[in-house]
Amino acid sequence: MNQNKKGNGMLSYLTASPYILWMIIFIIVPLAMVAYFAFTDSNGQFTFEYIKSVGQYTNIFIRSIWLAAIATIICFLLAYPVAYILTRLDKNIHSTMIMLVTLPIWMNFLLRTYAWMTLLGNNGIINSILGFIGLGPYKLLNTQGAVVLGMVYNYLPYMILPLYTVMIKIDKSILEAAQDLGCNGAQVIFRVVLPLSVPGITSGITMVFVPAISTFIISRMLGGGSNLLIGDLIEMQFLGNSYNPNLGAAISLILMVIVLIIMTVMNQFDGDDDKVLI
Amino acid sequence: MKKISKIYLALIFLFLYAPIFVLIVFSFNTTKSKTVFSGFTLDWYVKLFNNDLILTSLRNTLFIATFASIISTVLGTTASIGFSRMKRFQRSIAMNVNNIPIINPEIVTGVSLMLLFVFFSVRMNFEFGFITLLLAHITFDVPYVVLNVMPKFRQMDPHLYEAAQDLGCSPVKAFFKVVMPEIMPGVLSGFFMSFAFSLDDFVISYFTSGSTSQTLPITIYSMTRRKVSPEINALSTIIFLVVVIVLVLKNIIEKNNQKKLQNTALIDIETEL
Repeated sequence: MNQNKKGNGMLSYLTASPYILWMIIFIIVPLAMVAYFAFTDSNGQFTFEYIKSVGQYTNIFIRSIWLAAIATIICFLLAYPVAYILTRLDKNIHSTMIMLVTLPIWMNFLLRTYAWMTLLGNNGIINSILGFIGLGPYKLLNTQGAVVLGMVYNYLPYMILPLYTVMIKIDKSILEAAQDLGCNGAQVIFRVVLPLSVPGITSGITMVFVPAISTFIISRMLGGGSNLLIGDLIEMQFLGNSYNPNLGAAISLILMVIVLIIMTVMNQFDGDDDKVLI
Repeated sequence: MKKISKIYLALIFLFLYAPIFVLIVFSFNTTKSKTVFSGFTLDWYVKLFNNDLILTSLRNTLFIATFASIISTVLGTTASIGFSRMKRFQRSIAMNVNNIPIINPEIVTGVSLMLLFVFFSVRMNFEFGFITLLLAHITFDVPYVVLNVMPKFRQMDPHLYEAAQDLGCSPVKAFFKVVMPEIMPGVLSGFFMSFAFSLDDFVISYFTSGSTSQTLPITIYSMTRRKVSPEINALSTIIFLVVVIVLVLKNIIEKNNQKKLQNTALIDIETEL
């Protein structure tokens, strides 16, 4: 028996080793290469030059963070009531409603973004409706607002789902207890549901903010050429006209650091709130 | 209050679905106009099915998604077996590395793989294309398989496996008889998830595909950039229909499976007895 167990242990490590090898080659080595390219020049000499030159794109970084943050906040404000209402619906239709929320995700995001391109254009439907009432035409496409709209539209389900998952687990009797103790509807939401749904909020924020800050298609399709984001900048260094993998790697590295900081902050919130609750 | 929340929900769904339905409606439009519906036609669908570029890239996409998801499922499941038996510290390292492609911005994953492939393509003399796409897709698919399979190991009673061996099963036989049925739901959802992600992926494919083998999302991207043809609307309609059918089927199968699982569990117990 004992021998047998030892043998199994070996076997288990053996089964994991192909993927461990895979992770080293295709996850760790590529990231190490990003770091290597970021700190070397085209001759392989160590340099801070590229990291430093990212500084000249500060405005693009700020714009990306700003637009992604606005999109995340709007997503949260829109999604929170949705998730709450969904949990209060009849149990039988929950899976159908969740399916309706997830369905747009599975439609390729390029097509969804393209849909907004046709809606927002100067000859698009929205402007023709406005024109019918005697307004406009307004310049809707190729604006920062359009980029934010595209982000909100694409990532809203990613905010609704984690919020719903957390809220559905909240014990209904806690809400009833709060009401018995004299809370009105709004107080129940702000003093009971909101604190209890913090894990959902933080994962929703990460799931919207990370893709939003690193997108390069939405900004290009809806923002025109004048609203470049970090993603566009990276793409230009690798596949665009200004081929410069060292600079591209440096920008990618900084983007990764930003994302890492955001996630650490979010995790911190998670932890702190758990402690407060206990 | 109830009424307001229903109206609110309806508005959100309108926001989510209206753009898609506008796309669909104008796939049947006789002219290229995006605002005026001038008559019903199926011409754009005929054109779509005669468009070689779209058909080839659809074939590429299906090919890569199939291969990538099968390989990822095997790789991820075997990896999970090992991970689940590791010591806590080693397992947390393995899981953290596994989660990197999920957490990292897609564009960084794409760029990092591109750097790797450029490095090797120069030294080993191969070109970007099917192979690089497949390798990239497996890399971002396996983490989802692992995330789906690992919880099943945690939920499983470890003594079951030992009991099977005590009753005379070889380790391999015990695995297929006892462990496999327990983790199967996780394996399957991991498989379907990676298949779906592979079908849908644009960003990582964009950086790793080269010019020879385009996937459907890459073709869609070039369509949105160049010509404005309602073919793209027709394609959207078809994709939307496929997604609806698959999701509805998935819901039905899941509900049936839950019933079946309960039944087979009962039968198993009876035959064992």
